[in-house]
Amino acid sequence: MGCISCAGFVIAMSETDAVTLRLKEPTTIPIEADSICPDLFVGRSQAGIESLPAFYGRRKVTLGDLFTVEGENSDQVIVEGALRYVKKIGQRMTRGRVVVRGDVGLHLGAYMRGGEIVVEGNAGDWAGAHMQGGRIWIRGNAGHLLGAAYRGEKRGMNGGVIIVEGNAGREVGALMRRGLIVVLGDVDEFAGVRMITGSIFVSGRLGARAGAGMKRGTIVAFADHAELLPTFRYDCRFQPTFLRCYLLQLHAWGMSIDDDRLEGFYRRYHGDLTTLGKGEILIYDQR
Amino acid sequence: MYINGVEIEDAFAEAFKMRAARLIITAVNPRWALIAAQVTTGFATSVIACGCEAGIEGTVPRDETPDGRPGVSVLIFAMGSKQLEDQLMRRIGQCVMTCATTACFNGLESDEKLKIGKALRYFGDGFQTSKLLPSGITEDRGKGGRRLWRIPVMEGEFLVEESFGIQRAIGGGNFLILGENSTLTLEAAEKAVEAMKVVKGVVLPFPGGIVRSGSKTTSKYKFLRASTNTAYCPTIRNQTDSALPEGVNCVLEIVIDGLDEESIREAMRVGIQAACIPGIVRISAGNYGGTLGQYHFHLREILG
Repeated sequence: MGCISCAGFVIAMSETDAVTLRLKEPTTIPIEADSICPDLFVGRSQAGIESLPAFYGRRKVTLGDLFTVEGENSDQVIVEGALRYVKKIGQRMTRGRVVVRGDVGLHLGAYMRGGEIVVEGNAGDWAGAHMQGGRIWIRGNAGHLLGAAYRGEKRGMNGGVIIVEGNAGREVGALMRRGLIVVLGDVDEFAGVRMITGSIFVSGRLGARAGAGMKRGTIVAFADHAELLPTFRYDCRFQPTFLRCYLLQLHAWGMSIDDDRLEGFYRRYHGDLTTLGKGEILIYDQR
Repeated sequence: MYINGVEIEDAFAEAFKMRAARLIITAVNPRWALIAAQVTTGFATSVIACGCEAGIEGTVPRDETPDGRPGVSVLIFAMGSKQLEDQLMRRIGQCVMTCATTACFNGLESDEKLKIGKALRYFGDGFQTSKLLPSGITEDRGKGGRRLWRIPVMEGEFLVEESFGIQRAIGGGNFLILGENSTLTLEAAEKAVEAMKVVKGVVLPFPGGIVRSGSKTTSKYKFLRASTNTAYCPTIRNQTDSALPEGVNCVLEIVIDGLDEESIREAMRVGIQAACIPGIVRISAGNYGGTLGQYHFHLREILG
């Protein structure tokens, strides 16, 4: 049952002004390319961009060794090729736009602070990990630990927006501290695990054990959901005004919002009572 | 100068610097949004005794409000930011929050902000929560977006924006309608108010937009800061130094507070033109000889 869907999101980027990187050869050897970052491309010539460092497996190489580069001095970046094993694209970026044409590897936009990343395929695990600002828009599926915290860290995503048009894996928004994650498909188990605050919206099926250990924050299930943990208590059925503001913002970004979800009632459960218990799971309950 | 046979006196309105905020009050339907706005702008005719001047700027269609519900835009003016903060706290807390189904949003983009929602949130007694509504793609942590506070109330939740922008504004723009009798003068004043409703950025803080008891800034009594505008009172015209021409038996005043000079000028222009109907003798304006107010709105210049 669809409720939020993408209504023709348009990538407004002039390709003539952009720096285009094409992976020379498909590979299964992991490439660490955190230098594919708009901040580093501004003020650099084509040769300067080609000379930026990257890792091919454990070997230190340059972007020019792995990619053909066209364009210079721009914060608009297009990345093409078989990028499933290319990691850390857009890491720590603060401005501009990166468009990934196809699937992309792990750690996309980790620690990102501003600008936008658009992935026209699927993204690997840890996309938007520790993200602090900006927006990541994934048109396919996302892997596990979307917007999460790296193991051992105290907090994950701390601002910004992640939108996934497909499904997302386990532990979406783990230890999330601030920001918004919207998944139009299903999410696997442990969404919002140990969430500190922030918002996670799921338009498909909300997986099992959602919100386990959450202190504050909001998880919204617009459609189907697995059984909630027994440490969440039912409060009431109401119309949350704040949710209207979020849905209208998503609509302004080009997403189609079902009127029933906008005007409708939601069942509120608070938890997780094993911790602070000030988090909430809102479940759509008809208009 | 004459418009439709009505004399436009070579006079000017004297207005003052103020600080203003704009609230967007939304509710489940236009009726409840209007009720909240009317209560919020109640007892806010003059800063002399009310602490602020306030009025309804207009309705806001649901596709222009942050929560997509019908809204009403309210402007509140005070003499300084401290007084404005105090009035916003009282009026949002006592008039908007208490009104069924409402939410209250900032309607003025400004670098100068008052943290009203941030203070009101304590009404939630520890159960209040905030949401940072993302507004674009450039924000870095909490520096962008709008922070909204959700305060649990018996009906459900009251949603209020954390910060309200304030800006320099102008209070006390005015003009006087001098008529042959009270019926025609009231009719002219009502036409003026109706015409001025379309001007954005202004409010008419007095009842129905009209003042019948204009004041001067002196009094024979030491304990009183203001007293009746004797020069324009027809019943004592021969006992005082009257400013009333022959044939005038009633005077009504329109007071205008606005966010900038241009909007006040425009409001005065359309208002005066609408007020120039048969039975009106003269249009004048209230001033204090130009010694008190920083802004002078010359009638003939505005209408020229």
